[in-house]
Amino acid sequence: MTTQPRVLVLGIGNLLWADEGFGVRTVEEFHRLYEVPENVRLLDGGTQGVYLVQDVREADILVVFDAVDYHLTPGAMKLIEGEDVPKFLGVKKISLHQTGFQEVLAMAEMMGDAPEHLYLIGVQPVELDDFGGGLRPEIKAQIVPAITEAIKYLKNLGIVVTKRSEPLRREDTIGCNIMSSALYESERPDEALACRIGDERLLRDENWQPPQDIDKEIDGLLSDTSLEKK
Amino acid sequence: MAIINTPNGFTLDTSGQRYVVDPITRIEGHMRIETNIDSDNIIRNAVSTGTMWRGLEVILKGRDPRDAWAFVQRICGVCTGTHALTSVRAVEDAVGIDIPENANSIRNIMQLSLQIHDHLVHFYHLHALDWVNPINAMKADPKATSALQQKISPHHPMSSPGYFRDVQTRVRKFLESGQLGPFKNGYWTNPAYKLPPEADLMALTHYLEALDFQKEIMTTRTIFGGKDTHPNWLVGGVPCAINIDGDLAAGAPINMERLNYVQGVVDRTITFIDNVYIPDILAIGSFYKTWLYGGGISGKSVLAYGDIPDKANDYSASNLMMPQGAIINGDLTKVHPIDLRDPEEIQEFAPHSWYKYEDDSKGLHPWDGTTVPNYDLGPNFKGTKTNIINLDENARYSWVKAPRWKGHAMEVGPLARYVVGYVQGHEEWTEQIKFVLKTLDLPVEALFSTLGRTAARAMEAQWAAHKQKYFLEKLIRTIKNGDSSTANMEKVDPKTWPSEIKGVGFSEAPRGALGHWIKIKNTRIDNYQCVVPSTWNASPRDNEGNIGAFEASLMNTKVERPEEPVEILRNIHSFDPCMACSTHVMSEEGEEIVSVKVR
Repeated sequence: MTTQPRVLVLGIGNLLWADEGFGVRTVEEFHRLYEVPENVRLLDGGTQGVYLVQDVREADILVVFDAVDYHLTPGAMKLIEGEDVPKFLGVKKISLHQTGFQEVLAMAEMMGDAPEHLYLIGVQPVELDDFGGGLRPEIKAQIVPAITEAIKYLKNLGIVVTKRSEPLRREDTIGCNIMSSALYESERPDEALACRIGDERLLRDENWQPPQDIDKEIDGLLSDTSLEKK
Repeated sequence: MAIINTPNGFTLDTSGQRYVVDPITRIEGHMRIETNIDSDNIIRNAVSTGTMWRGLEVILKGRDPRDAWAFVQRICGVCTGTHALTSVRAVEDAVGIDIPENANSIRNIMQLSLQIHDHLVHFYHLHALDWVNPINAMKADPKATSALQQKISPHHPMSSPGYFRDVQTRVRKFLESGQLGPFKNGYWTNPAYKLPPEADLMALTHYLEALDFQKEIMTTRTIFGGKDTHPNWLVGGVPCAINIDGDLAAGAPINMERLNYVQGVVDRTITFIDNVYIPDILAIGSFYKTWLYGGGISGKSVLAYGDIPDKANDYSASNLMMPQGAIINGDLTKVHPIDLRDPEEIQEFAPHSWYKYEDDSKGLHPWDGTTVPNYDLGPNFKGTKTNIINLDENARYSWVKAPRWKGHAMEVGPLARYVVGYVQGHEEWTEQIKFVLKTLDLPVEALFSTLGRTAARAMEAQWAAHKQKYFLEKLIRTIKNGDSSTANMEKVDPKTWPSEIKGVGFSEAPRGALGHWIKIKNTRIDNYQCVVPSTWNASPRDNEGNIGAFEASLMNTKVERPEEPVEILRNIHSFDPCMACSTHVMSEEGEEIVSVKVR
């Protein structure tokens, strides 16, 4: 029997920041609903950046759930495979951790340990400027489809996960009890008490224009090697 | 032109060319620096601004105080555990909960683990590139590099010419593939880089070795905190049970096998720091020992809250292994006692910050602190509100508030701690300081510099690794004597709490003194204020015009090429800034490229 490939399913993002929590929520839910073989590891990467290098280096197959800005319809899911993944993570930086994670992949590659298979399951966020908020309904609705895509991808590589007969209790999952969606959302202070928005320079960028042709723009970005040299 | 003398001893001159660095890269979060540089390339005025806003304190209002740790550890990726620890300490202080001795030992081991982890990653992966030139390393002779390695650290096993040749080939291949990755945004032809190629290659190799080693340090926190990568914390103690002879299984209590594993990690950490980190600091330091800029206020006003209580529940200065106290006005003969509860000691001012205060001339103690945004740039800034060309430092210019201790701007962090410890006669630290100064043949004043800050961090990592061993041994001893309790849940039920209580928790985060102040009303959070280390260091001016530690560190620094801000990055990075929690998390579009603009 050949050695099983090591699989890392990673959710990244900041839970406190509305749809930025998509990656972490999805990997938590994956763990709650599915049993995985020993060679598959599910990890809440949060915004740990460089601290995740070793986890990435140890993986032969890396699946990442994340909220990523592709200028798509809010709530749309985008699947990216292979060497395009780091480029996509750098296309539009919408949070602190993304530059970090692109660098994590570069560091793994420099160490000669980049994962052989790379898959990014990204969702276009609806709302980020809502500090302390939870996922918007459109984003929440993408959790299960995102998990389904991950399972499909893994299955093509010969990795099979099994649906649990009973979902795990919250306290037994990789997620933190206190941060469970229900509690996190129901105990939220009201808006009058807790300002939820930020710096208006970042909220209202007058120069921002939606792209005319998203596919063309993405192709352009991917072929633009100068992007990496800047 | 305008010359201003600040009460804390700096002469600000805005007549020189204005240079803007935005954003400062290789830090957590976003910040911007504006400087005026004179015709001799000396920085004569410095303006530090936090460019993000976060409503962390306000989102905690009305929540269960016992849950606050889980929120604060999500503020950013680097001090997760320190915020959580400080939060549970604040609640325990408010309620009057004593934790068991084992919980204290475990928390100390976790806190020290985070200190070491952060210091190592900060030096090698965020700060080293301000001193080390990876492109120059490609010119190194592997044989000469091997000789250098064996000379500076004879016990480090990875030192053969072949090893260095392999690293060089690997990195060259990576660079030639066109992706500079972590080395982008560098100024690799700048004469501010002073290492010979062999020292560059050695340090670059250790950059990779540290990347390899750092994950192991994290396992300690995962073992005690349960979840990976965000450990669990608990008001009343620690959430892990101990059954010393128990089986090893997922979710099972801590047993001897796990403690032995932690012991192994601690031993390997000590070896790595002794054989790699410290020798690198000394080697790199020897090439930069004439570059002693960046001291700022470190020789004048420094503050340490202290941490690592030897016995549980005693937070008085004499029981803290990391010292507590304040030094002011450059008087290095006296350490002043501090009291985090005294409304007249720690106060946050906001006359130059984007917050609304009832009276801008007054500071607020954190228990009475407010967080109401007021994004007003004043009448004299240049640009538009969404595209600032130049800030006006005479008006409001930062999302960071200006905390002051009895009215003094203070530096916090490893150097501040080591200065307080040195003046107090902290034996282990004084010995380390003397060794470093003697090896580099430098006087004690050399400590008050960017290099000194960087060296203090390395010394502290070394000390922290040895202290982990101390607490691990203490933990094992206590358990063997029959006490395996890890939590005291006696007063944790909110039904037993008075209707109005308040508390303060403090710690020494890797980047400096951290305090959380909490007010609890009818068992729910009424007010929560964090004064974080980078708020002290990155603080804007106060109502009297005192400049903060970042701004002071840049003053009178000579820059080789004003359009390439190597020296600015070097000074600012030496503080290990974490702007994600000192200011406020917010999104930003666009590429992460430093733009330096001449105005």
